[in-house]
Amino acid sequence: MTTTARPGAARARPAINLHVLGPIVALLVLVIAGALMNPNFLSYANVTNVLARSAFIGIIAVGMTFVITAGGLDLSVGSMAAFIAGLMILVMNALVPSLGAGATTILAGMGVALLCGLLAGWINGILVTRMRIEAFIVTLGTMGIYRSLVTWVADGGTLSLDFALRDAYGPVYYGGLLGVSWPILVFLLVAILGEIAMRKTAFGRYCAAIGSNDRVARYSSVDVNRVRLLTYVGLGLLVGIATIMYVPRLGSASAATGVLWELEAIAAVIIGGTMLRGGFGRVWGTVVGVLILSLIGNLLNLTDWVSPYLNGAIQGVIIVLAVILQREQRPEG
Amino acid sequence: MKRILTGAAALALLAGPLAAQDETQVIGVSIPAATHGWAGGMNYFAQAAVERLEEAYPQLDFVLATASDPAKQVSDIEDMVATRGIDALVVLPFESEPLTGPVKAVADQGVWITVVDRGLSQPGIEDLYVAGDNPGFGRVSGEFMAQALPEGGQIVALRGIPTTIDNERVAGFEEAIAGSGIEVLAMEHGNWNRDNAFTVMQDFLSKYPQIDAVWASDDDMAVGALAAIEQAGRSDVKFVLGGAGMKEMIQRTQEGDPMIPANVTYPPAMIATAIEMTAVGLVSDAPVAGRFIIGSELVTPENAANYYYPDSPF
Repeated sequence: MTTTARPGAARARPAINLHVLGPIVALLVLVIAGALMNPNFLSYANVTNVLARSAFIGIIAVGMTFVITAGGLDLSVGSMAAFIAGLMILVMNALVPSLGAGATTILAGMGVALLCGLLAGWINGILVTRMRIEAFIVTLGTMGIYRSLVTWVADGGTLSLDFALRDAYGPVYYGGLLGVSWPILVFLLVAILGEIAMRKTAFGRYCAAIGSNDRVARYSSVDVNRVRLLTYVGLGLLVGIATIMYVPRLGSASAATGVLWELEAIAAVIIGGTMLRGGFGRVWGTVVGVLILSLIGNLLNLTDWVSPYLNGAIQGVIIVLAVILQREQRPEG
Repeated sequence: MKRILTGAAALALLAGPLAAQDETQVIGVSIPAATHGWAGGMNYFAQAAVERLEEAYPQLDFVLATASDPAKQVSDIEDMVATRGIDALVVLPFESEPLTGPVKAVADQGVWITVVDRGLSQPGIEDLYVAGDNPGFGRVSGEFMAQALPEGGQIVALRGIPTTIDNERVAGFEEAIAGSGIEVLAMEHGNWNRDNAFTVMQDFLSKYPQIDAVWASDDDMAVGALAAIEQAGRSDVKFVLGGAGMKEMIQRTQEGDPMIPANVTYPPAMIATAIEMTAVGLVSDAPVAGRFIIGSELVTPENAANYYYPDSPF
């Protein structure tokens, strides 16, 4: 590729916009490397596995994109997912004797998950906006609270879904429509709605405005607190949706559920090109970021060329590389 | 920090003789928090043992603390010495290295030390050592694998969190299957976690068209592996061998589930053994110093009833 030969503008602008293409290039490199290393990599089963397991983090990361774009952060999502999963299992198990192991019970469980997600997100949002506490501290606190609560309700062990319910609920993770499994479809739908909300709606523009300068946004008559609160509530709701897809997979929740999901979600958002300090967000980039993260794990399992002890190191290198690729455009930082 | 430590030591020296005079003896129990299934079971058995012993021996008092990381555990132990003047400490170290120094400092004050499961890095600190048999855990698993696949076969293995425990188990396993015709296609870390094991197993199933059996090495990981096999609809996998004796898995073995033909124990109740022995040492003249290694046993449908604890969370 050659640079455009217009004087003046040419110096700062190569023809390939790496800031936009960086994550996609990284994703393509991983896909090609995977296809070369193992013939099963592009098989239907493997692609379905990778996409379906990305769905939990992916759904959460879409919500996280809005929170970060508006200059916030949420560290509590992993613990929140574990706690909601635990509550969902408790409620559904308790409803089996009265409602039976069928659709009614499962719908009630889903309702509980969505409601808890909304409420948990609202609590985070209120503490950040009304109480004016740093988002990092608020969500660090709620992270510890939800993690302890799930350990407590599980009595230190594992909460397991009733076996009859497991069969009825299983299709929500394992089943699908026209060969595409439900978690993938839900992830896709959430991603598309998120992309539209970020690009085409006033809400998306308000998030970016608040993230880049909340004072200016306030003077421009943006209801800063309301928009910020909505980003946390939206994220909580998406955590609820992710949990609805997660519980049918193994039918259990324990203190080990959702550990480090918050960091994976934040990493995916940043790899995708959203700025950690806020002001600019890109939902499709987040989706690419999530796929990059789960492809790395998948590739390391499918190949033998690196000691399993080094998996974390490889992941770290690729994350940093993916972000370096998009730095070219902003030499001023 | 140093000043606080010296203060704690001085307090303990004062508290020691006082505690002895009113004849109530205090046993401190410091264990990791219930962050995974096995640790959850261990917490349950520790609490059960403490409750039983407080009833049985009115002259004994117990302090139980759970820690979520090694630093917190060190603080717990310092607090126990400083504020409760413990006469004995039962400790399941989170990690060996960081706990060795602090536990040695407690031992130097004349407190009875019982170390459980994970040994300290320096020998001779503890009075009593109670532990499971990790090389034995691997060996029994490997021997079962060799016996269940008499004409050999291809297996995959899920490993735990990278630790000495995991290494010893894997070494014992590899030794036991050597020369049996069993080929280990791959080993990956599932970190004793259901979700990780599910993901790793999915990828193993994509990678290898023929897998005869799975050594999941832990029942939480066995749950994840079983779900992945079921999802893939693969009939080539004959069975999954877990371990540690989770009650749901023991129950399935007892019911003759062909996918879970056996289990290998690594009882979380070993913490109860340690607390009981420490208490007996304090209240009686029975000698309890030394090493007590709890064997890893093979659970089969015939003897599964002996290993089923319905009240335990694990």
